[in-house]
Amino acid sequence: MPNIVFVHPDGAREELEIAEGTSLMQGATAQGIDGIVAECGGNCMCATCHVYVEPSQLALLPAMSEEEDALLDGTASERQPNSRLSCQISVTPALDGLLVNLPERQV
Amino acid sequence: MSRPGTVLVLGTGQAGFQVAASLREEGFDGRVVLVGDEPGLPYQRPPLSKAYLTGKADANAVRLRPDKFFAEHRLELRAGERAARIDRAGRRVALASGEAIPYDHLVLALGARNRALPVPGAGLDGVAQLRTLGDAEALRGRLDAARQAVVVGAGFIGLEFAAVAAARGVAVTVVEAADRPMARSLSPAMSAFFRGAHERQDVRFVFGATVVRVLGGEGGGLATGVETADGRRFPADLVLVGIGVVPNAELAAEAGLAVADGIAVDEHLATDDPAISAIGDCARHPCRFAAAGTGPTRIESVQNAVDQARCVAARIAGRPAPYGAVPWFWSDQGALKLQIAGLATPHERAVVRGDPAGGAFSVFCFREGRLVGVESVNRPLDHVLARKLLANGIGLAPEQAADPRFDLKAHASVPRAA
Repeated sequence: MPNIVFVHPDGAREELEIAEGTSLMQGATAQGIDGIVAECGGNCMCATCHVYVEPSQLALLPAMSEEEDALLDGTASERQPNSRLSCQISVTPALDGLLVNLPERQV
Repeated sequence: MSRPGTVLVLGTGQAGFQVAASLREEGFDGRVVLVGDEPGLPYQRPPLSKAYLTGKADANAVRLRPDKFFAEHRLELRAGERAARIDRAGRRVALASGEAIPYDHLVLALGARNRALPVPGAGLDGVAQLRTLGDAEALRGRLDAARQAVVVGAGFIGLEFAAVAAARGVAVTVVEAADRPMARSLSPAMSAFFRGAHERQDVRFVFGATVVRVLGGEGGGLATGVETADGRRFPADLVLVGIGVVPNAELAAEAGLAVADGIAVDEHLATDDPAISAIGDCARHPCRFAAAGTGPTRIESVQNAVDQARCVAARIAGRPAPYGAVPWFWSDQGALKLQIAGLATPHERAVVRGDPAGGAFSVFCFREGRLVGVESVNRPLDHVLARKLLANGIGLAPEQAADPRFDLKAHASVPRAA
């Protein structure tokens, strides 16, 4: 299974194996990672699964939908050019080794 | 700054889970005990009538967090235990097992239960409801064998189920007392759109009809259909009842707390006992988005459960703030996703933005000249922007909403006037 690295705001790293076809958000919450809230359960409605993707890996990700773009304008931690919602990122073999930074706040 | 002591949470649904998780996020360091009568780990309810029913998600996928999360955060989960009595003077809750758990603060996140169909035959085998994981498991099994289903009630749950059943080739008839689907929640325009969409998937509606009897059961057999007040009979091998809910307020009432279709709470979500709060489906709170004169409001939604939980956790941790989040809702019905921002009922004026014929539009609802709610289907950006407008009190004229050239995104980004 692809390996995804989550980096907490304090620098702590957690590596998770996430099955292909599940979202980063699902993989993180199912394994109990702090820092991903995902209150809507992956419906792209709440912007509480915000992550900052390693800039050099951004191009590996699926394109952003209009709704994700709009929701990112309302995140609790400031939006950056590498901001994404982790519920909209489906894990593929190409994402093995992806590194995402968790924001200070999700709500 | 954390305050020691024990927070006892009754209810392990979305609200109960969230208040426990948020207490730790807020730095609360005391004991946190979660008591709920359902077995297993807390789970999300919305997928039960959608992904879970279609088999796309299993019980693991609907869990809110794994076992390890509760251990790591020292959240004592007492699943499968029922609270029997609140002893306010002694600040403890007696469980049905006889054990008593003391508290410094008690959070009632007791949820709601489905309203039972009050007619003869409602207890027959083959009459189902959908609220818990257990209900969904049972229903999933029945759906495999079903050929004809009657859905009693054209609300969100009933229609989500109808869409799933129809997609599996079950002949579905929806029997509803009102004259249109989701009449309690939706504008006539959006309601009509969903009626058409379901009918195109071969769901049949019977409006203005009240079920007076569930047929069948002879010799211990299954339900075979329903009969309406006008004597019509609708055959079915599966009857799904979705006619609303009753808040679980009995424990609070028995403890002498104020209860009126829900546990009464103030703007901080505290009951009339300052050591007891109530949140989620079971609580009735003063809501700034409700119509003037309607009184305190009870809202059944994930958003309300989660945001109220956070509000109470922050207060317990020493950071009180009145509750004022914008209500929002969603419902997946077949391929359609309905999104609602605000509380649009009642409203005097509704304007359409987008293209109803093309299946992508929003209905902007105005009460006393102010935007109070927006219903969207396949217009997710409208929904997100509507939440911003409502949260920040940004005004919008009906003419602006209806004008396709009006830049709603730029308008919603305008800083709030002082």
